[in-house]
Amino acid sequence: MTLFIDLTLNGLSYGAIYAAVALGLVLIWRATRVINFAQGALATLTTYVAASLLDRSINSWVAFAAALVAGLVFGAVTERVFMRPLYGKPELNPVVVTIGLLILVESVAGAIWGSTDRGIAPPGGVSQSGIILGHTYLDFSAFDIFILGSVIVLMVLMLVLFRWTSLGLKMRASAFAPEVARLLGVRVGRILTVGWALATLAGALAGMLVAPLVFLSPNMMDPMLVYGFAAAVLGGLDSPVGALVGGILSGLGISYIGGYLGSSMETVGAALLLIAVLSIRPEGLFAAAKARRV
Amino acid sequence: MLEISELTVSYGPVAALSDVSFKAEEGSITAVLGANGAGKTTLLRALTGLVPVKKGSARWAGTELLGHRTEELVRLGVAHVPEGRGVVTELTVDENLRLGALWRKRAPDHGQLIEEVYGLFPALAERRRRPAATLSGGERQMLVIGRALVARPRLLLLDEPSLGLAPLVTLELMKTVRELTRRDGLTLLLVEQNAKSALSIADEAVVLNIGRVVLSGDPQTLAADDQLRHSYLGF
Repeated sequence: MTLFIDLTLNGLSYGAIYAAVALGLVLIWRATRVINFAQGALATLTTYVAASLLDRSINSWVAFAAALVAGLVFGAVTERVFMRPLYGKPELNPVVVTIGLLILVESVAGAIWGSTDRGIAPPGGVSQSGIILGHTYLDFSAFDIFILGSVIVLMVLMLVLFRWTSLGLKMRASAFAPEVARLLGVRVGRILTVGWALATLAGALAGMLVAPLVFLSPNMMDPMLVYGFAAAVLGGLDSPVGALVGGILSGLGISYIGGYLGSSMETVGAALLLIAVLSIRPEGLFAAAKARRV
Repeated sequence: MLEISELTVSYGPVAALSDVSFKAEEGSITAVLGANGAGKTTLLRALTGLVPVKKGSARWAGTELLGHRTEELVRLGVAHVPEGRGVVTELTVDENLRLGALWRKRAPDHGQLIEEVYGLFPALAERRRRPAATLSGGERQMLVIGRALVARPRLLLLDEPSLGLAPLVTLELMKTVRELTRRDGLTLLLVEQNAKSALSIADEAVVLNIGRVVLSGDPQTLAADDQLRHSYLGF
């Protein structure tokens, strides 16, 4: 029973991280119909930015914030420099480019910071040891609560942005009907840049949250991208709410698989989840009724 | 005045518009008629920068429209309601209308303009919080026309507003369009395959055939010309 509770709690905090990765993928997919395979690599890069600041004894919250800001910048630059020339080109082109970017960014990170694992402490020295509730030790730390909390805050902020601001309205209109949006004076190009910036910020948050749990290395985010992608597909690639629910569900699922069947089964579990969703309900749990164009 | 001269558009080797020239007086309704493939939609899309223009010009109130980016056109007072897919179905009725006001950063009157649209089309007011996907064809046309009005245009480009509507709904819509054009002093280019209903409200008519202007003139004369009606207008 304790194992089950621990796996559940563990699944929740990892699930929140997958949800942040999934949110980044969803934001880009629904605006540009591109799967950003470089999302994880960019997040690793932002985590290295924070790590270099930490090395210079800069306040850990400042480093945390700097990683998020770096996410905004890297996302905007990626869209302007690499993606902008590809719109209207064959759908395979952005796939190739984002995979290329994934390899490029990871190599550059390795060249600059080396490819050995390094530890990253949670911001503000938030505790990573489990809490004791009554007489039971739970494998759930203050940092796990921080993970869940910060992802929920991110989700709420995104929801507010999309639902109640004119920028959000422009973003939704540009995603769903770019031509109509342009005819109504929305500068769709700029809106796409903002979209990529926000998506990469979500990835940067995931990077900062996962780094203290694993180790920071150039390919730290590779498994996160796989699990985040599974989460996004489970939720329905078009739905930010689906990203959250899909993230939590796949976090739990992968945690149970790892706990009961051994951690080597985790990736297999994620792959099976992907196959199951795509064959049973390809539009995901939360997508609009129409089937996805693939 | 809108003055289009020698407008030429090609899709690859295929000429979609060849040397199209005509004028539309300010405050008038000009019906652009012709069969499927005559180049009517291409004409509007060329004016708002959605298709590249090979040559020609389109001057509106002294300003050249061609060469601007699509998103700048609304700032020049041009609203283009594209054919059949103007409604953003994923957004609510209210959000669709708010889109029309977005380009004016501080538009103190946009709430009032939106209420005005609801006054004009009470059917929309009842559904303002519903996704636009739940609207009927007629209501969708009301919505896109209402949204264009919220953008406060001087030149309105309407592409096949009657597409897929029942004859009675079309009649009603045309009446409303005429009233709105008169009320706001709009200049309207009305692209229609449904020549009969368009001619009934137009001040001028232009007939396109395979990308060329074959006739232009007074709607009554055009409607009375049997030969023309049979060859180009199909009624």
